[in-house]
Amino acid sequence: MKLQGKRVLVIGERDGVNAPAIEACVKSAGAEILYAETLCFV
Amino acid sequence: MDLEGQGRIQQVVKQNGTDGVIAVLGANSAAAVEMTAVTIKSGDPSYAGPLAGIALGIPSYHILEPEIVGQIDPAVYDRELALSALAMDIDEVIAPMRTIRESGA
Repeated sequence: MKLQGKRVLVIGERDGVNAPAIEACVKSAGAEILYAETLCFV
Repeated sequence: MDLEGQGRIQQVVKQNGTDGVIAVLGANSAAAVEMTAVTIKSGDPSYAGPLAGIALGIPSYHILEPEIVGQIDPAVYDRELALSALAMDIDEVIAPMRTIRESGA
């Protein structure tokens, strides 16, 4: 699966990888961000 | 995934469709990854949220799956992910992903 050109729903997690970090990574691979949220499981 | 989040994703999909759309997750446990991936593909399994009974059919990937990591700019990976990758049991966390993507559920 190529990230280039994909439209991405980013669902990060506070105790894992947060949404801004995922956004930066998938953008660097050429994907477009449609939505980004960091969840918090307690 | 909380109910508000499900509602926001439903809204985004309504506005943008699902063509070429994937989800990229960052949760640090297999259970959390599985719950989110199933919700986005097949609908809310708890039947509590806006996505109950709504199969969006969107495939999910974990940001630390090798096929995703291999496409990330190495400098960005070092800055954003290297530390999380050390702290996470990656094999365990990504174990459900392929099964969920390939299942009909």
